[in-house]
Amino acid sequence: MSVKDRLSWDGVRRAGAQLTTPLLPDDYLALVNPLWTTRELRGVIEKVVPETEDTATVVIRPGWGWRYTHQPGQYIGIGLQVGGRFHWRSYSVSTPPRRRGRTLAITVRAMPEGFLSQHLVNGVEPGTVIRLALPSGDFVLPNPPPARILFLVGGSGVTPVMSMLRTLDRRGTMPDVVMSYSSTTQDRMIFRDELAELAGRHDSLTVHERYTDDDGMLVLEDHLDELCPDWRERQVWACGPGPMLDAASEFWDEAGLEDRLHLERFSVNFTGEGGEGGTLTFRSSGKSVEIDGATTVLEGGEQAGVGMPYGCRAGICHTCSVTMVEGKVRDLRNGEEFAEPNGSVQTCVTAPVGDCTFDI
Amino acid sequence: MAIADVKEYTHLTAEEVEQLGAELDALRAEIEESRNSKDADYIYKMIRLQRGLATAARITLGVSAYHRRTRVPGAVVGGAMLGVAKILENMEIGHNVMHGQWDWMNDPEVHSSNWEWDTAQPAEQWKHSHNYVHHQFTNVLGYDNDIGYGILRMAREQKWHPVNLGQPLYNAALATLFQWGVALHDLDLEAIRKGEKDPKVMKKQLKQIWQKGRRQAVKDYVVYPALSGPHFMTTVYANAAANVTRNLWSYVIIFCGHFPDGAMHFTEEQIEDETRPEWYLRQMLGSANFEGSEMLHVLSGNLGYQVEHHLFPDLPSNRYGEISVRVRQLCEKYKLPYTTGPLHRQYGQALRTIIKLSLPNRFTSGDREDVMEGQMEVARGRKSAEQLGSRRPETGKYAAAAS
Ligand code: FES
Repeated sequence: MSVKDRLSWDGVRRAGAQLTTPLLPDDYLALVNPLWTTRELRGVIEKVVPETEDTATVVIRPGWGWRYTHQPGQYIGIGLQVGGRFHWRSYSVSTPPRRRGRTLAITVRAMPEGFLSQHLVNGVEPGTVIRLALPSGDFVLPNPPPARILFLVGGSGVTPVMSMLRTLDRRGTMPDVVMSYSSTTQDRMIFRDELAELAGRHDSLTVHERYTDDDGMLVLEDHLDELCPDWRERQVWACGPGPMLDAASEFWDEAGLEDRLHLERFSVNFTGEGGEGGTLTFRSSGKSVEIDGATTVLEGGEQAGVGMPYGCRAGICHTCSVTMVEGKVRDLRNGEEFAEPNGSVQTCVTAPVGDCTFDI
Repeated sequence: MAIADVKEYTHLTAEEVEQLGAELDALRAEIEESRNSKDADYIYKMIRLQRGLATAARITLGVSAYHRRTRVPGAVVGGAMLGVAKILENMEIGHNVMHGQWDWMNDPEVHSSNWEWDTAQPAEQWKHSHNYVHHQFTNVLGYDNDIGYGILRMAREQKWHPVNLGQPLYNAALATLFQWGVALHDLDLEAIRKGEKDPKVMKKQLKQIWQKGRRQAVKDYVVYPALSGPHFMTTVYANAAANVTRNLWSYVIIFCGHFPDGAMHFTEEQIEDETRPEWYLRQMLGSANFEGSEMLHVLSGNLGYQVEHHLFPDLPSNRYGEISVRVRQLCEKYKLPYTTGPLHRQYGQALRTIIKLSLPNRFTSGDREDVMEGQMEVARGRKSAEQLGSRRPETGKYAAAAS
């Protein structure tokens, strides 16, 4: 074993921690450069490129500890401080993965009520340091990709699909792809030019654009046969507004082809059963609250006035994890139970099964 | 005399107590609303300053040890810088972050659930013994272990025992080794003495303390000195001096919070069915402030605003100054005492109590209570300040006015 192998970064860090305990060496290095820490992943916003009137691509240079191993279609969490407070959201990565990339990009649409997206599209200064959460999500293409694909996309739901298409393009492995892309108007259609250019280069890629302000919504029952006659033989990836996804899942269910449909939802889907509810006790703050089995531990803590940590509130970023001294909780996403004493609980997606005590 | 009923003691009607509570709630809401990026910048600045100072101190100590001419001055300067860094870390940063004062920023690195501080007591235990026990049961005899830290007799109601004769000595030891005193705090020595402690919990806590304490000690007394090579001992001395400085300082600040003459104790009866406004009142009557420069407030973690801190333990410390102006106005409005004074006088009074209470009550007088009684009498307009006479600083007692 060479000296270099033995002197791994982790080893050096661990030795350094002897000098910095209870902090980590990273906490001091970050004084020099805010990106030199792996404690919380960080990135710096390099530039903001406008795409349409209300969307922009935000190019981020991640700091230490970032691994460029996302699969096309996955999303990342970003945390941005506005008014002194960190706000977290998740966005699909729109750039294809590159092992030795230096930057990655997300494409954001400013939602009227979405104050973070507004800020990202209209206000954020290049050079701003942000927090990052590693990519996750299973809205991904298998490798190798299936021979025939249908993409159903609405609005900013195009971003994960764009990442997939760019990857297929870059690898030169574009299979037979049909894409149905709806947007209210032509101007608001993100990546319209790039898609046209891609379709021009690949005969196997067909893009159907639909402007819903003029043409009305896509109705699967009425339009799909015409748009893509062989839809029954295709693997489908659908991303867009909630009602559109609901319609798609109903449609493929009825066709008995639900296992061909891959959906991406940007809010948590509590499909698992609820807990039984119980009394939550927060040990350090001396507060407690009784909640039902549909209320998350995070919401319960907030009701009790405990300063609960949270990020995405959707089970992605793990910012909300708190030690559970005793008790049992149920994960609302899949119904799994968790009862390990002194284990860490993701409070935003769990509800109590009986009384629980938390160390906060 | 400890207070069994704050409402009666302060001569406030039930409505007045309610109203005071509502005004304090409104003040809290106002501050919560107005927290912004300036506050966030404040704590980030403190953290950067503290880490920078600590780094500079360690480098000074390490480098100067290798040259004969710089060894001693380097140890003095480096040790002093390290002492200040440790003070900042414990007081303005650690204490306040672990109170959740900065949780609103939603920054996982500056959050009460993640913070670990640079002293021997594990954060988890501190959050229980201090955040919960002390802040909920402030100054309630038999509940709040901060009254004398289980070592000193600090209230006349506590039974005297011949071992109390040694108080001045125990006090000196507690001050010097303060971080270790605090480390043992959540163990609850009283409960162990009475055999009421769950041995399983005790074992777990001792293990945590041992692990945390060892890491702290190894850092200051083995690893850094080793980096100074042949001048191992110079660095040991400098680090020890820094730790002791920090211990003495935090001890002084903390003893000024509840033991100057104006701060009252309470009995169990008070906390039975205590309402939130009564809880506020108890915090106000039980705490004491001290005055000083802005720098003094930063170095004491803004605990010179102990009254405000006890009313709102989780509001950002940099706001206590402005909150104190409003709290004082409320005290005037409701004719409540507001205990404050220069640091040396506040500590002097605490020290006098420690020494006095080393003796049985019959040898001493209870001037602490007399002061409070006197203040209340004046406040409620029963007696004018003139009738009561001036307060003699040596005893803290009100002397009858010369007629
Ligand atoms: S808040 Fe992000 S995982 Fe819970």
